[in-house]
Amino acid sequence: MKLDTICLVETPEGTDLHAEAVGLIPRSLAYGLDFLIRALVQTVLSLLLLFSGKAGVGVSLILYFLLEWWYPVLFEVYRGGQTIGKKAFKIKVVNEDLTPIRLGPSLIRNLLRAADFFPSFYVAGVVSMLMTNRFQRLGDLAAKTLVIYPEQEQYDPKALEGVAPVAPSHDLNEVQQAAFINFALNRGQLSTARQAEIAEIIRPKIPSRFQDAADYVRGVGKWLLGAK
Amino acid sequence: MKQAEFESTYSAFWDEFEQVLASINDSNSAQLSRFPRDYRTVCQHLAIAKSRRYAAGLTNKLNRLVQQGYQVIYGDNIKTQGAFLNFLFFGFPATLRANAVYIWSATALFLVPAILMLIACLMNDQVIYSLMDAGQVRGMEGMYDPSLGKLGRERQSDSDLMMFGFYIYNNIGISFRCFATGILFGLGSIYFIGYNGLVLGGVSGHLTGLGYNETFYPFVIGHGAFELTAIVFSGAAGMKIGYALLAPGANTRIRSLQLAASDAIKIIYGSTIMLLIAAFIEAFWSSSSTLPIAVKLGVGAVLWVFVIYYCFFFGRGRRAT
Repeated sequence: MKLDTICLVETPEGTDLHAEAVGLIPRSLAYGLDFLIRALVQTVLSLLLLFSGKAGVGVSLILYFLLEWWYPVLFEVYRGGQTIGKKAFKIKVVNEDLTPIRLGPSLIRNLLRAADFFPSFYVAGVVSMLMTNRFQRLGDLAAKTLVIYPEQEQYDPKALEGVAPVAPSHDLNEVQQAAFINFALNRGQLSTARQAEIAEIIRPKIPSRFQDAADYVRGVGKWLLGAK
Repeated sequence: MKQAEFESTYSAFWDEFEQVLASINDSNSAQLSRFPRDYRTVCQHLAIAKSRRYAAGLTNKLNRLVQQGYQVIYGDNIKTQGAFLNFLFFGFPATLRANAVYIWSATALFLVPAILMLIACLMNDQVIYSLMDAGQVRGMEGMYDPSLGKLGRERQSDSDLMMFGFYIYNNIGISFRCFATGILFGLGSIYFIGYNGLVLGGVSGHLTGLGYNETFYPFVIGHGAFELTAIVFSGAAGMKIGYALLAPGANTRIRSLQLAASDAIKIIYGSTIMLLIAAFIEAFWSSSSTLPIAVKLGVGAVLWVFVIYYCFFFGRGRRAT
């Protein structure tokens, strides 16, 4: 089976929007963090209970109720689809058409946690996430929601400043051109040693006047982008 | 056209589009009237960038612009003003009636065990122990014992707020569980409604048998109108999603679940509001020991008539706006 985490949504203009679905592990970690936060707040509340009057008990019971059932819902609806845990792992919940989530779907996906938890420790939810293309648990399927990475790889326009464009010494097909361009643009994300290591792979194809293989690859990348 | 040239030609246009997006709510009319056309242009740029295999950084940037513009143009701009009142006066009772078969099934699942248990407990005062242990029975008897001069669940008048919190935590929790466990093919909802029916019937029968009528019924009648109905409604919502999974008809099971969930969630909104009202009545009205019994029974009866009238007749003949 071919796995691809990119999901596409076609707009009425005929253009495909793309977003990257989040897999099991980051979602579990985010859930774990939320769980810890809730447990911590509940512990603090129960400690405060020991020292408060009956009115205090009433207020904390309401807070308990909010924490147990409404914590994810309120965060998802009013904090742009992110609970504290999701925010920490830079993921967010959206509708399947990538629009922001609203109260109805959020309530459905969170109330139906009971099904995902079944029979215990979210076994049903994990199985469902592993079996669906876009890693949706049962609550997501019922509410038509999706967890995505909102921040996509950005383009640093300054990445190629000071690089001299170099005309390639061989004909390059489309895939090869894309590889050169991506290498050139990803400069900031790789260490110098790693860049050299990758560029050295094509050393036999590099004209001998270039000492630094990485410089050559980057230069070709810039040339392919259209710089003269 | 190479990527660099493409970018330098249009980057000013994209920047401007981004600025309009960021301040979409206070843009002037000239900007707004241009917006749809600009949006389509950006869509086209994204399509071009993808088909020419420009670098991911650029397509991601355009993708983000299109996504935000898409939300501005197609995102739901339904007026939220008045939606809540519309839901209360029309949407909720209409949804209940549209799902009458589930509501009636849940009502039967609640009432039949309740009545049977009531009769059983009236005939034999040991039956209640099949449902609760001795400590729970003693606690329940203590709450409504007329000779103790207080009412409800072990309480004094200064603890109204505490009990309000308790009722919210406990009762809405029960209602949510009644609904959510319905996804196990309806079994959870059926179990919880039936069990709650048994407990209600058992407690009523047992206390009636003991002759605690003057404390028990005035206490429960008022909030019962909202609380018992709301629990039955959320159970019915759970049965609806359970049935959607069991018998999806022409749809796939997932699609059928999605369709059922959109109605079910409306019922859950309504029953949550009803339980908030019930918690308020239970904490601040039902528990009062100064009001005459006749007043409490009278008000309770009016509330029951109101709730039933509401479910059957509110919002008939009107269209959802």
